[in-house]
Amino acid sequence: MSNLLTFWLSHRAELVTLFAQHVLLVALSTLVAAAVGVPLGIFAARRPRLGAPVVAIANIVQTVPSLAMFGFLLPVPLIGGVGARAAGFVLILYGLLPIIRTTIAGLNGIDPAIREAGVAMGMTPRELLWQVELPLALPSIVAGIRVAAVVGVGTATIAAAIGAGGLGEYIYRGLSMVDTTVILAGAIPAAILALVVDGALWWTERHLSARRTRRSRRATTASAAIALVAAVLVGSGVVAARAKGAIVVGSKNFTEQVILGELLAQTIERDTGLAVERRLNLGGTLICDRALAAGDIDVYVEYTGTALTAIFHQPINANANTVYATVRELYARSGRTLLPALGYDNTFAILVRGSDARALGLKTIDDAARQAPRWRAGFGYEFLERPDGYPGLAKAYGLQFRAPPSVMDLTLSYRALAGGQVDLIAGDATAGLIKGLDLFRLDDNRHYFPPYDAVPVARAATLLRYPQVRAALERLGGRISAGDMQAMNDAADARHEDVAQIVREFLRARLR
Amino acid sequence: MPDAAIEFRAVSFARPGGAAVLDRFDLRVPPGEVLALVGRSGAGKTTLLKLVNRLLLPDGGAVFVEGRDTRDWEPIRLRRRVGYVLQEVGLFPHMTVEDNIGVVPRLEGWPRDRVAARVGELLELIGLEPREFAARWPDELSGGQRQRVGVARALAVDPPVLLMDEPFGALDPLTRAELHAEFRRIQDRLRKTVIIVTHDMGEAFALGDRVGVLDEGQLVACDRPETVARSKDPRVRKLLDAVPVLSRQ
Repeated sequence: MSNLLTFWLSHRAELVTLFAQHVLLVALSTLVAAAVGVPLGIFAARRPRLGAPVVAIANIVQTVPSLAMFGFLLPVPLIGGVGARAAGFVLILYGLLPIIRTTIAGLNGIDPAIREAGVAMGMTPRELLWQVELPLALPSIVAGIRVAAVVGVGTATIAAAIGAGGLGEYIYRGLSMVDTTVILAGAIPAAILALVVDGALWWTERHLSARRTRRSRRATTASAAIALVAAVLVGSGVVAARAKGAIVVGSKNFTEQVILGELLAQTIERDTGLAVERRLNLGGTLICDRALAAGDIDVYVEYTGTALTAIFHQPINANANTVYATVRELYARSGRTLLPALGYDNTFAILVRGSDARALGLKTIDDAARQAPRWRAGFGYEFLERPDGYPGLAKAYGLQFRAPPSVMDLTLSYRALAGGQVDLIAGDATAGLIKGLDLFRLDDNRHYFPPYDAVPVARAATLLRYPQVRAALERLGGRISAGDMQAMNDAADARHEDVAQIVREFLRARLR
Repeated sequence: MPDAAIEFRAVSFARPGGAAVLDRFDLRVPPGEVLALVGRSGAGKTTLLKLVNRLLLPDGGAVFVEGRDTRDWEPIRLRRRVGYVLQEVGLFPHMTVEDNIGVVPRLEGWPRDRVAARVGELLELIGLEPREFAARWPDELSGGQRQRVGVARALAVDPPVLLMDEPFGALDPLTRAELHAEFRRIQDRLRKTVIIVTHDMGEAFALGDRVGVLDEGQLVACDRPETVARSKDPRVRKLLDAVPVLSRQ
């Protein structure tokens, strides 16, 4: 508990920013969902036959898991991609159904005699809507808005996966570094926010019930609207005050990548004085690649072998220089510049427990292949899917495990191996946990894996505009050894040190 | 002959399903008269009322209000000239008694003090003390009180025509008798043209200047109550005989 408070205290500026981002995202999207959903609901209630497909579509949208929805919309221009805008769009979509449904229910629940009385006394359809139907349906409508907002707080935490910011960033960071404190640092404020939003809207719903006078209802609606607008204004104020980065640095979602992203960011800040916005912990290789292509991020660190096979679908090649040259050429064709390699090769490390290696005399992957039929394997999502991953490896070495490999989060797989849940994993050569958990790396004697030199890749347009950024990043070329990377990873994973601090110390000590 | 306030000329109307409700129906109601329409449930009485304020349009023939075909009336203006008291009353639950009564005057753009004055006047007319009842909510009223507020609401902008659909149907006999007396008192003062629809022959006799009998879409009798009471027409007799006691002879 004290760890948590310490964390909040030391990260209070960031906490406030993330909280503000979260509030802003939920407030804006709920506002738009209401502005679109209520009229749609009115329309659907009046014309049931035209309205039924509207409800059906909203229903279908609701069934799609939010993470999948973010994924679907990644390549879509304008509304998709990475960042708060795409996240906002998804939140609006999910908010529509409850609002439309409760609007319809509220309107249909009105006693027909009341409507008839209104028409018979000469009310125009608009007068009927505003003076009779909407006031009577209002509690129901607000109930729907309440559901949309509270669910929105939850969905917004997932939006951090596509770089939308918000409290989910802490949760993802904590997940990728397996640090419970950081997870809670994001989860608890999110839960509190959900409760506050729920309570505020419950109060609003109560004060809009039929028994209130017109004046008091108007006052309640006004105060709710003012509170919402205030939330949006304050939120955007806080978010804007956090200097909008001229350069956006991205990273994938495991420890080493977060460290490298922070490294790029601090290097640019130190050497050029430009403001940098960090969008770390984005999904996997393909999310970062798309984000770079779309301009949602300006630079991130990729690995040459990964780019070769997973991004450009080229055949595997073992020569480091060839791979670098090929990848540079292919990136250049799509407006992206490959910068000098950072200096180490983070190849896949096929790992087994140190105790097993010593007992069975295992040195190479071939040795392991003989044991495989007795073993279970666990791999991360990317490794299982990529052509240069498990499929190719199994073919190259004739691997046959006791059962199909389990899928698990990359960082968690280390602990699963150490804990005996699995017997073989594919980790990173530079992972700090190899030493920390007494794991043994098997030699790739058939030279199956291509080289995975860590390289920053940036948008050519950005480098043209800011040549000083190019200079700063080129100065990093060859300055990071495998040992350096492993030490930094170790500090973060095993000793739970703060990433920004680790990078600061490294830069100060090694790169003057 | 004075211009009829309400007139049905050869009006035919069929329900969407096809069954004919009114069949070449004729009726004349002179201004200032109370016409009590009786018939069994489903005979078309409510339909008849709705044809007057253009909630429905006739399939054949024409309905005239103040000498003009309802089709030629602007619907809003027509409905401001015709007060309508529904069977279910339909008071707006989200408005107090005074706001309910004041709906149409506000729609007409009356200034606030004029509306307040009119509401007070109407509450006194229907026998509800303004200080006590103006700020009450519909669900705080008894059935009889709700009926009365419904009448006040219909009278708010002083329409020359009043349509009442089974206004006292759901009330106990004692309350009903009180309201009958009240109605006669109000009508003596205001002299509106009123069509009251009821399935109770006794009530028709109590309230109507003339009593009309509706049977299978046709007006089979329309005369002063004494005359109708003596009718030999079997369609009229079956309704008369169903009443345990006639309150007026």
